[in-house]
Amino acid sequence: MLRLLSFALFVAIWWTAALFVGGAKLPSPPAVLNVIIAEAASGALFVHLGATLARVALAFVLAMSLGSAIGYLMGRVKLADRLGDPWLILLLNLPALVVIVLAYIWAGLTEAAAIAAIAINKLPTAVVTLREGTRALDRSLDEMASVFAMPRWRAFRHVVLPQLAPYIAASARSGLSLVWKIVLVAELLGRPNGVGFEIGVAFQLFDTPRLLAYSLTFAAVVLVIETALVQPFEARATRWRPRAA
Amino acid sequence: MRLEVEITGKTYRSAAGGTHEVLAPVKFALQSGEVGVLIGPSGCGKSTMLRIILGLDRDFDGHVARPPQARIGMVFQEPRLLPWRSVEQNVRLAAPDVTDAKLSELFKILELDAHRSHFPGELSLGLARRVALARAFAVEPDLLVLDEPLASLDDALAGRLRDEIATLVASRPVMTLLVTHSLDDAIRLGDRLFFLSPRPARIVQEVPIAIPRAERSEVDLARIRTELAALLLESK
Repeated sequence: MLRLLSFALFVAIWWTAALFVGGAKLPSPPAVLNVIIAEAASGALFVHLGATLARVALAFVLAMSLGSAIGYLMGRVKLADRLGDPWLILLLNLPALVVIVLAYIWAGLTEAAAIAAIAINKLPTAVVTLREGTRALDRSLDEMASVFAMPRWRAFRHVVLPQLAPYIAASARSGLSLVWKIVLVAELLGRPNGVGFEIGVAFQLFDTPRLLAYSLTFAAVVLVIETALVQPFEARATRWRPRAA
Repeated sequence: MRLEVEITGKTYRSAAGGTHEVLAPVKFALQSGEVGVLIGPSGCGKSTMLRIILGLDRDFDGHVARPPQARIGMVFQEPRLLPWRSVEQNVRLAAPDVTDAKLSELFKILELDAHRSHFPGELSLGLARRVALARAFAVEPDLLVLDEPLASLDDALAGRLRDEIATLVASRPVMTLLVTHSLDDAIRLGDRLFFLSPRPARIVQEVPIAIPRAERSEVDLARIRTELAALLLESK
């Protein structure tokens, strides 16, 4: 209910602002809605959204699984931490644009280059978060598992993984928002479809309604995924914690 | 089955760079069905000794012979339960082979029936301690190690829990090693008492109690207590 009210307030502010600024710079909500409906009817909206979502999904899964594994290793093994740390700092501070442009130059304007570039941008933050999580693991529970001779996989699943879950959730959440942002840049620079490509076209034509239509639909999809997937996962991972009053 | 402990020394390097001797030479053995009790002042190195016996600390001089197939049940000083698993899951994860009947019996003895599906965060310390006991007994251990399992519980509860431990230990042949501050716990539960010196720990007295555990009357216990007091005074 509160969320709906908050949404209504957003639309109201937008509409009032549109009245003052004028349709060329800020089109009113109905104008944008018309474009969304037209694009949806022609199917273009779904094609571009689908292309973007597929890239997000692939890059996200790639970066999360690889980043978590590397982060866990660096948290557990001192040598891996020492060896990996300079790379990590380099990757963390490398601007996304540099990675994307280099990927396109070296691997051509291909799908693989785009996905790899997005994944590389997200990778270091996942590594850092999971490394912290691994360092914070409770040694006393490890000892318990070892005294009771728990097999490795069972100990990992029931002792280690639940401790990492909040870190994985945090990294998934921040990572997803990072990937959403970067995927559009990658599409703008070197892909013939996707929301980023459409926004590039709209920018060249100064077509604000079209630009807003694509960005807002995209934002809506992000919101749905966040509430339908990420938040339930977080709630489940932390359900054993006593609730805050 | 037999546990033989022969530690010739254990030092540890502190963060400040100094080396500290934690354990002096310590030697003892324990048979199946026997309850050995380690009694010593706080910080004397009891927990270090337990960690060595359990194989958690391999950086020491000497050796510990423990049958490789021996199953270990351990009750740590803190319960060390998995906060994200229910009481029943905590027990089952440590003891996957436990039968439903055995589990029900344990939960009944330890009065945990009502808490099976609770998470450890919802339990009091006394209850969590009992879950830790249930977990240690559910594995049907060959070597049972109890590290101050009754510390910081009120007398009434500690007394009840002690009786429960006595029942469980008597129910199967197991080598038991109990660490405690309490002379009372020691003479009620133990067959052989090992009195430890302050750090670095060594065994100053080894006192066997001849009367079987189940047959000790309050009179016997009082007598043993005065004998021990005299003995300890003498050794000082």
